[in-house]
Parts: sequence; structure tokens; C-alpha cells
Amino acid sequence: MRAGRARDGLVLLALAVYAAPFFWLAMTSLRPDTELLPLTHLWPSRLTLAHYDVVFRQSLMPRALVNSLGIALLSTLLAVGLGALAAYALARLPVRGRSVILLGMIAATAFPQIATVSPLYLLMRALGLRDTWLALILANGSFTLPLVIWLLAGFIREIPRALEEAAVVDGAGRLATLRWVVLPLVAPGMASAALLAFLFSWNEFLFAYSLTATEASRTVPVALALFPGVFEVPWGDIAAASLLASLPPILIVVGFQRYLVRGLLAGALRE
Amino acid sequence: MTDRRLAWILLAPALAVLGGLTVYPALWVLWLSLQYRVPVFSISRWAGLEHYAFLAVDTRFWNAAWVTGVFTACSVALECALGLALALGLRGQHRGRRMALALLLLAWALPSVVTAKMFEWLYHPAGGLVNFLAGGRTINWLGDPDLALPALIAADVWRATPFVTLLCFARLLTIPADLYEAAQVDGAAGLQAFTRITWPLVRPILLVALLFRTLDALRAFDIMFVLTGGGPAGATETLTVYAYRTLFQTLQIGFGSAIGVVVFAFVMVVAVAYLWVINRQDQTA
Repeated sequence: MRAGRARDGLVLLALAVYAAPFFWLAMTSLRPDTELLPLTHLWPSRLTLAHYDVVFRQSLMPRALVNSLGIALLSTLLAVGLGALAAYALARLPVRGRSVILLGMIAATAFPQIATVSPLYLLMRALGLRDTWLALILANGSFTLPLVIWLLAGFIREIPRALEEAAVVDGAGRLATLRWVVLPLVAPGMASAALLAFLFSWNEFLFAYSLTATEASRTVPVALALFPGVFEVPWGDIAAASLLASLPPILIVVGFQRYLVRGLLAGALRE
Repeated sequence: MTDRRLAWILLAPALAVLGGLTVYPALWVLWLSLQYRVPVFSISRWAGLEHYAFLAVDTRFWNAAWVTGVFTACSVALECALGLALALGLRGQHRGRRMALALLLLAWALPSVVTAKMFEWLYHPAGGLVNFLAGGRTINWLGDPDLALPALIAADVWRATPFVTLLCFARLLTIPADLYEAAQVDGAAGLQAFTRITWPLVRPILLVALLFRTLDALRAFDIMFVLTGGGPAGATETLTVYAYRTLFQTLQIGFGSAIGVVVFAFVMVVAVAYLWVINRQDQTA
């Protein structure tokens, strides 16, 4: 028993070391400017919210947070909305060429963004969508759509068919069955898919960096990468901005861990 | 309405979006890679395979291919080894498993731009924690051509190891305890139990994790672009960074697309290997 406890402690210590870089970043965001460079003491003499004040009052981060949240939510809605319909068709209805479509979905999840970014850039420019939310919603939504379809088709297949057949016997049509039987049962799976799609859009950098030009549509990762420094790099402010950028991921891994884990495992083991 | 018709109605919106924003761009990039396209000089003409012919003798391309290969091989190998080790540690864990998973998943879920900025600050010559813990040195980790790539790999390993850990951990939980008890009765414990029971059962999923990580490492862009920008002197310039710079900084759309197509081809080779492995595992399972 004692050996077990010592082992527990050792593993937790190893994990604490693992998480140290992030806690260091958090501490940097609260450290007074005068104690940042050069670094002479591990622990700061006092903590301050000055960096957050700068980020909220004088940087483009507040606007970027709004852009990121809106774009991530809407592209998730696009991917999960269209994905759920397509997944139901692929899982339950007779579709000619089903295996080809499913194979195409897996192949599409592997597409490198760098290969499609130049055509997407030309396309969005031609459509007059450069530097708009819509451009990123379409780019991110379509990029996550194959994974969402794949995940949801798998989750729908896990639902016992008998439930749907019972509904049909009771006189419900296909669409009513989808709405009142399948969707409620697959809701946890949709949460998993939605979390992955949201995280992708929130973290996405290459599309956002290439398709945006001003604060009208710049997302958090872009604002962070372009964080301005007048004479020197304002590391305290960057740390504070990074912490704000990390809030949704933190919320997801702490609050929705179960759904995230389920989605990740199902996504990797494409059975 | 027949089920067949309903199926197509339900599929149509998703297929239309994918057709317009994924398949069409994927074909368009092939077309673009066969052209000279430099919009600022209004150049737009047919190039055929000239970009690819140039890549064959382009030293910057071969350097980028080499960097991509080293980055992928080293980070994926380290991620798999470390990921499995962490999963084995977590399996024996009684308390704090949820918190442990949260800590690990956080590293995976952070925007890679945040990870890049975080490591840039950790590696800072005067203000970085790494130099401080090394006894107050002033090593310029990201400015030294010999150190920049290892430093980048370390950042990627930090970010992506939890993914491998999660997959291995999930597999380990499904191994029944009786197997180990039986082995102990037979006198197999410790390393023997690992090589005879754990390893054969974990190996298939580790292979899946390895292919997945290879796929992601080949197309990685954010972390090196933000951490080092490909520098110093091209020491961390991967194919993706080379493609981006060509596309959006020198604005050679045709040539940049050709580099993108090469990345595309590499990734698809790994993707096919992945499908083959999954398929074979399904048959043996």
C-alpha cells in the first residue's frame, strides 16, 4: 500500500513537471515587468494584473477573442449540422457508393492545409470573402466536416436498430425518427464531434493567417503571432494574451474531458 | 419519398461543401502547380512540370525535405516512447487520474501558436526558464543553427505526446488483470510480463498512434512558423514553411503550390499505410 502511494506521488510529480511550462507561462502573465528580463529569481516578489490590463485596453486581443469565438462556434455548427445529416444517411440509408464516400472522408481528414491554402485564398478573393468571418467559417467548417461525418456515422451505427424500427412501426417517418429517436441518442457523440471541431477552429492558424488582413476577422492565434512590440518584445503581455487564448481549451479538458476523450479515441481508431 | 432519395437529400449539403471547399481546391492546387503565377507582376502562364524539375535541383527544397524528415522521425519516435511510458505510469495510478489526464490533454488542446510562444519564452536567452535552470546560462537556443531544430522538436514532443499517451492508456485499461496474475504464477514478472503481455497487446495501437503522429508531423506548420520562422539560416525550415513563404511572401502561387503538392503526396503515402494497417488489424482481430 505504501509503495502504491509513493508511486502515485511519483507519477503526479512527473505530470507536474510536464505541466510546468504552462504554469510558468501563467506566472509570467502575473509577473511585474521589472522582474521579467533578465530573470534573476524563480518566484516573483509580487503579482500584478497589469499585463491583462494592457491586453484588454491596448491590444487587438478583445476583438480577436470575439472573432475567434464567433468563427469557431459557427464553423462547428456548420460541420456538426451538415455532418449529422450526412452521417445518418451513410449509417442507415441505402447509399450507392457508400464505401467510396467513406474512404474519401478518411482521405480528406489527412489533407494537409498547406496544399489547399493557395486555392482557398484565390477562391475567397474571387468571391470577395477575404478578411471576413464567412471565409474562415467555410474553410474551418469544411476542413473538420470529414472527421465529424466519420465520427457521427460510427456513433449512429452503435445505436440499436430496434429502437428506430419500433418508431417506424408506431408510424413515424424517417425524418421524425431521425429527429426524435436518433438525435437524442447520439447527442453525446455529437458533443464529442463538436468539441473536436470547436478546438480545431479555435486553434487554427494557417487559414486564419492567410485569409485575414485586418482586425475585422483576425482570430486569436493570428493576433498572438502578430503581437506588436514597440522597442522590445512585451513578454508579460504576450503571456497574458496566451492565457486568454488558452481559456476555452482549459474549460474543455477540465469540464468536458469525457466527451473529448471519447471523440479522440473514436477518431483515431477508425473502426 | 424513397429512402434512397432521402439519403441523397441528406448527403447533398455536406457533399456540396466538401466538393467546393476540399475536392475542388485539391484539384486546383495540382493545376496551379503546373503554372507560373505571380499576381504582382501579372504573370500567368503554363509551366508544365518545370516547377517540379526545378525542385529536383533546388538545394533549399532538399534542405527543407531533410528538416521535415528529421523533425518527423525524431519527434514521432520520442512521442511514442514517452507516450507509452506515461501511459504505463498512469495505469498504476490510483488517485488523481482525472487531474493527470486533464494536465496531459491541456498540452494537446492548447493552440499551437500558444505552445510556440510559450517555448520561445522558455528558451529566451536572458529571461527563459531553461537557461535559468541550467545555472544562469545565456544560450541562444533558437538562434543557434545546431540547437534550433532539437529545441523545436522538444516543443512538438511536449505538445503531442499526450495524444499517444491517451491511445496507449485506453488500450492498457482493456487488458484484464488476470493475464498478469497468471503470468506471475508462471514466474513471469516485471520486464517479462511487459514483453510477453503488455507489448504484444499495445503494439498495434502504438503503430496507429505512430502513423497518426507521422501524418501530423509532416503537415505541421504553426509551431515552427511561430517559434523560429524556419530560421536560423533554414535550420528549421520544413517543406510547409518553405511552401508558405513561397506562396505568401514571395507571392509565387504556382511554385508554392508545387511544394504544397509534394507535401500532399508524402502525407497521402502515410495515409494509405495507415488505412492498410487498420484494415489488416481488423482482419486479424
